[in-house]
Amino acid sequence: MNWTWFHRLGSPPHFFRIAGRMIPWFAWPAALAAIAGLVGGLGLAPPDYQQGEGYRIIYVHVPAAVLSTMAYAVMASAAGVGLIWRMNVAHAVAASCAAVGAWFTLVALATGSLWGRPMWGTYWAWDPRLTSELVLLFLYLGYLGLRGAIDDTARADRASAVLALVGVVNLPIIHYSVDWWNSLHQGHTLLKFGKASMPPSMLVPLLLMMLAFVLYFAAILLVRARGEVLRRERNASWIGAAIGER
Amino acid sequence: MMHWLNMGGYWPFVWPSYLLTLAVLALNVYLARRSLAAAKREARRRLQLQRGAT
Repeated sequence: MNWTWFHRLGSPPHFFRIAGRMIPWFAWPAALAAIAGLVGGLGLAPPDYQQGEGYRIIYVHVPAAVLSTMAYAVMASAAGVGLIWRMNVAHAVAASCAAVGAWFTLVALATGSLWGRPMWGTYWAWDPRLTSELVLLFLYLGYLGLRGAIDDTARADRASAVLALVGVVNLPIIHYSVDWWNSLHQGHTLLKFGKASMPPSMLVPLLLMMLAFVLYFAAILLVRARGEVLRRERNASWIGAAIGER
Repeated sequence: MMHWLNMGGYWPFVWPSYLLTLAVLALNVYLARRSLAAAKREARRRLQLQRGAT
């Protein structure tokens, strides 16, 4: 396999340019998928036979929860790449994930709480799925706090990368918590052996919303990473041409 | 329309969930763009300072 593309992405001016070009290719399909998903989820999908119309929270709750764990996986992978290959761009990508990930962990927790009240009779329970998602929020906040506490960027990169990598252990715990322990939280809807536990009229809007959130995350991540690269490379000679100043 | 907005009585839970999600989606677009714009402004300022120094 040819790895030239990977090494070229490690070059800050190349990354800055390519990222800038790619943002609309993620942002517009994200908007379209979200519109289609919302029409499907709020309009076309039938009510659930047990939860009635209340289940429609799934169309924002599950995509937010997927984004919260995916952002962590991307953050830890980028941090690992940065740590092993000493790639500054990878550290910039990792640092750009945390705030977005934290926001969507909060959304997953809050929408889950709003869904839990009518269905379980409580906003919160110290349930394995809920608790491990809360730990994810604390991991993001710890990561952000650690970065904020260290002035030297290279040291902040290394320290936060180690924290991000250690925290990866929480991802399988979140995913399998509903299998490993007795949980109030319902089981897997999509990733089950055999087929998904939803009819297509409910499932397709959910998949569209998940796609929208993933594309949205990619676009937001690239915008943030471009800013982060600019800040890190502030004395480099390529900056003037890249931001349109000579 | 009212029937749809009522969400089978679950409206106090469904609509706040959607509003919060939309607000956070919009907020993160704003924060990301603001962060990039601030980095560009800072880079321009430094370029001008460098030019002034030479």
